[in-house]
Amino acid sequence: MNGVHSVADVIAMACLLLGALLCLTAGLGLLRFPDVLSRMHAGTKPQAVGVLLIMVGSALRLAGSSVVWMLLLVAVFQLITAPVSAHMIGRIAYRRRHVRRDRMLVDELGSGAGRPGGPQGDEPADGDARRGR
Amino acid sequence: MTAPDVALRRLRDQLPLLGALVLVWNLLWGTWSWANLLSGIAVALAVTWLLPLPPVTGGAGFHPAAVFRYLVRFVTDLATSSAEVAWSALRPRGLAAGAIISVPLRTDSDLLLTMITESLCLVPGSIVIDLDREARTIALHLLSVHDLAAVEAQRAEVLATEERVVRAFGSAADIAALDRNPT
Amino acid sequence: MTVVSVLVFAMLGGGVLLALLRLGLGPSLLDRVVATDALLVIISAGLAVYAALTRNPTVVPVLVVVSLLGFVGSVSVARYIGGMLSDTADDDRRADPVPEVRP
Repeated sequence: MNGVHSVADVIAMACLLLGALLCLTAGLGLLRFPDVLSRMHAGTKPQAVGVLLIMVGSALRLAGSSVVWMLLLVAVFQLITAPVSAHMIGRIAYRRRHVRRDRMLVDELGSGAGRPGGPQGDEPADGDARRGR
Repeated sequence: MTAPDVALRRLRDQLPLLGALVLVWNLLWGTWSWANLLSGIAVALAVTWLLPLPPVTGGAGFHPAAVFRYLVRFVTDLATSSAEVAWSALRPRGLAAGAIISVPLRTDSDLLLTMITESLCLVPGSIVIDLDREARTIALHLLSVHDLAAVEAQRAEVLATEERVVRAFGSAADIAALDRNPT
Repeated sequence: MTVVSVLVFAMLGGGVLLALLRLGLGPSLLDRVVATDALLVIISAGLAVYAALTRNPTVVPVLVVVSLLGFVGSVSVARYIGGMLSDTADDDRRADPVPEVRP
């Protein structure tokens, strides 16, 4: 019952493996990338595609049951919501200066359009803490 | 304009949202039946009545060939971008420098701008971090660029994405605006 | 079959572990928000993998709830931190409770 019986099962297994690998690289990027904005790239793209692949694999394995549509709904939600939360977090990260300017090649927004400098709120920005300001 | 007229117009503006809610309700139940359809319509009406949203207007076109081209490109972009980010997380060298650029767009429609930013988040190398609605300018963070030529290539890519979205889903006026200011 | 399940769960567990490390290390609150978001997504992926490998659809509704909860959670925390910003306080000042009647 639970074994691999058909071509669909093989494809489902491949999807599950690839999706899990992408989730692993998302975690790795989250740990290795140097600032919040880069970490958000890791948390958005491989993550969304990994979940998409895992949902497709599960839908193939559970074909015929009524939860298949629910799985595809989760995949679509993931594709729609990942950019939204990334955008909200990114905007706040930029405005609170959690950006390491020493790593920026180009910064066309300048230093936040005439806002008072220095970190605001309750904690220091990453780049400033590392330069010991 | 009389009161029922206004209510009718609001209902027409909300119609796509109602349809989407009914579809989601049916997918959650997993099976299709008349009872699910009717209860879905009831729930959708209740949700839009209790939690009203401003109507989405403008930019409602649908061009099948362009939509198909957009979808194919979107899927390949999704695959390449996640492979790219995964590879830069795995490789020992790590990341090159990042960049923040701002790009002026030519579109002036809430719906299209939303779709453009959603697709930009999932194409290689960029995340939208700010959107100035009046100036129609978006700010993007690029994950890893080696030199200024790569930055310019990304900028051209953003404008190409905008063009694909507008040609797929824009109204005639939006496409005309695109043609007035070619890249 | 067993090999696949061990491999998949090992990779997902590795992802969870790395996200947890970032959650603990993260120098700022936003790092932790991103890590929590990733953590919840990987958990929902793990639930889906369990459902697929055992052909047992019981946990799928839980999966829908977890994935939506991750989104709502990260967006509301992001809005909360945005409210602490001093230079976008135009609509936050209005939200501040102003005591009008003093006894």
